[in-house]
Amino acid sequence: MKYTSQKIAYHFFALSMLLLVLQIIYGFIMGFAHMGYDVLHDIIPFNAAVTIHKNLLVVWILSGFMGAAYYIIPDESDNELWSVPIAKLQFWSFAIVGVVAVAGFHVGWWEGRKFLEIPRPLDYLVAGNVILFLVIILMTLLKGKQQTTTAWVLTMGLVFAALLYLPGMIYFDNLSVDSFFRWWVVHLWVEGVWELIMGGILSYLLIKITGVDREVIEKWLYVVVGLTFLSGILGTGHHYYYTGGPDYWLMIGGIFSAMEPLAFLAMTIFAVQMYRKGNKKHPNKLALYWTLNTAIVSFLGAGLLGLAHTLPGVNLYTHGTLITAMHGHLAFWGAYASLIFAIISYSMPLMTGRNIFDNRIGHLAFWCSNIGMVAMTAAFAAAGIAQVYLERIAGYEFMVVANELHAHFFVLILAATLFTTGIVLYIVNFFKFGMPTDEALQTEDQFEALKTA
Amino acid sequence: MLSKKQAKIFFLGGTILFMLIFIGMSVHSLMVGIPKNTNDSEINDQVKLGKQLWDKNNCMGCHTIMGEGAYYAPELTRVYTRRGEAYIQAVLTAPEGWGFRGRKMVKYDFTEEEVAGLMAFLKWMDKTDLNGFPPEPSLPAPLQ
Ligand code: HEC
Ligand code: HEM
Ligand code: HEM
Ligand SMILES: [Fe+2]
Repeated sequence: MKYTSQKIAYHFFALSMLLLVLQIIYGFIMGFAHMGYDVLHDIIPFNAAVTIHKNLLVVWILSGFMGAAYYIIPDESDNELWSVPIAKLQFWSFAIVGVVAVAGFHVGWWEGRKFLEIPRPLDYLVAGNVILFLVIILMTLLKGKQQTTTAWVLTMGLVFAALLYLPGMIYFDNLSVDSFFRWWVVHLWVEGVWELIMGGILSYLLIKITGVDREVIEKWLYVVVGLTFLSGILGTGHHYYYTGGPDYWLMIGGIFSAMEPLAFLAMTIFAVQMYRKGNKKHPNKLALYWTLNTAIVSFLGAGLLGLAHTLPGVNLYTHGTLITAMHGHLAFWGAYASLIFAIISYSMPLMTGRNIFDNRIGHLAFWCSNIGMVAMTAAFAAAGIAQVYLERIAGYEFMVVANELHAHFFVLILAATLFTTGIVLYIVNFFKFGMPTDEALQTEDQFEALKTA
Repeated sequence: MLSKKQAKIFFLGGTILFMLIFIGMSVHSLMVGIPKNTNDSEINDQVKLGKQLWDKNNCMGCHTIMGEGAYYAPELTRVYTRRGEAYIQAVLTAPEGWGFRGRKMVKYDFTEEEVAGLMAFLKWMDKTDLNGFPPEPSLPAPLQ
């Protein structure tokens, strides 16, 4: 850690971990409900559980992004954070809005629009909060001694993520139009601007961990994010096939979304190549594992499993089935959850001065959570394929099919238990670091020596 | 070899170009395609009320409609044809909450006007042109 103000990141990371645990609890509630044990129906009906599960996911990932930005931007721009008290204010207001939203979902205070369920009055508070966050980040960046490409890509990702939230706040009477703009948020986030954030954080980690020259890494960063937008913007069309849009989206959405995996593949090759070129001397193996995991599993979950159902001919049958849930889990896990885990694993030793780089618990956490998530994906896939054949191809009623799928959800719950074990171990490690301290200032210098240009 | 500056131009140029194309296509979809496919002019006050109730009660948290939502309860895009008004009326007004095939729907206390709104909304949805979704089952019906 170079600056004391970077410590604020810890708050966001801790909040992330807390919300992740809650998210998982609601995941289990839904897993059991799908298996036929919807015992909490009267207190937490399925629509409450699913809404809370998805929103907690979005909020903990955003919290992780914010923590990452508060850690990275001062370092990259060679400058203390613009204002620590305002950053603290931003943190607490963010946490409070999040808690109020989740509490509200339990009593039906929501808008039934998948992923954007936060009610309008809270939307304004979220928007205000994010503006505050962006002001702090931009002021830090602009007043800094240098402005690196990595910092700009990360910051622009955050700015555009905020801007794209706005179209999702408009109300339309036509459900199809409503959905059209919903995708400007959901799709253009995860398959667009969030990939800028991901690219920015990954390239920061690669510069630090591999010791490869910044100019080389940042050049390839441009190529990766260039491919992202080249394919991802018109790729939005894969959500317009069957939701009331004109039929030219079948062609345009099909072609461009089928190219989206290239951006993820480029990300994978980028990270793996930089690792191979690097000097492999950095002692923080856990951070390295999570960094490479992000680059590799995002390609599997988002790229390959996205490709599996993105062509219009396939999507006609898989659209709105458990196949989508299969892809959603591994994509979010690979691209964004493990990215947050990577930056936490990298930055915590530097903020706290405790060198947990390579311990057993950390490796166990890595393997349990990854194997668990891959197994969960497989369970969703089996259930999804069965659902597509029975419901869409053979024409059985939805509920008849659903009752045949219980066994798959039993497997899902087993896999989720392994996954959760991994997460608990990761969090144990997180708390072993203790609190960040000023004594950890300049601890990074010991690694500078490892760098070979 | 590609220089950093060329890479940057590739990124900025590609992004701006495809953003403009996307915005153009979106404007066309919103002005022409979607209104036609979804019979926008037939959205009356009842349909609007139905849409509001659909949102307010988060029906999408269990069901899918146009293939979007959660995967816990039946697809509702064509439910109006599949089940008919009387059945849907029974679903929406079931005193103990609907559901006898193993899963429960939330119990609602809709007024007559609200039921009519949701019905109108589902009827409007039933007539939308969704490029062939939901697909017709391709296998013949199983022998009973
Ligand atoms: C807690 C989850 C849940 C919520 C919320 C929910 N439903 Fe349902 N709904 C179900 C389930 C499960 C069934 C199937 C029950 C059965 O067939 O036994 C169902 C069945 C239906 C059906 C009949 C579908 C068919 O093909 O048989 C309609 C129509 C319907 N719901 C409309 C609505 C509307 C409108 C709303 C919102 C006001 C809503 N539902 C909210 C779970 C839910
Ligand atoms: C990190 C990147 C990605 C994440 C986090 C992600 C996540 C998701 C989620 C959560 C959904 C469900 C959305 C909803 O119904 O509201 C979804 C849908 C979809 N995704 Fe992705 N995705 C990613 C990348 C991709 C890529 C690269 C492709 C294509 C190659 C793709 C193809 C699709 C398709 C076709 C659907 C629609 C499924 C349906 O019709 O029901 N995704 N994705
Ligand atoms: C470990 C325990 C978990 C379990 C048991 C679980 C289970 C579920 C279930 C049953 C659904 C609902 C599918 C439906 O609509 O019927 C769901 C939705 C979802 N979950 Fe999880 N989940 C878990 C963890 C996670 C994690 C860690 C992530 C992110 C990395 C995640 C991301 C999602 C997403 C994006 C959706 C929406 C998918 C869609 O609608 O297409 N879940 N989950
Ligand atoms: Fe998408």
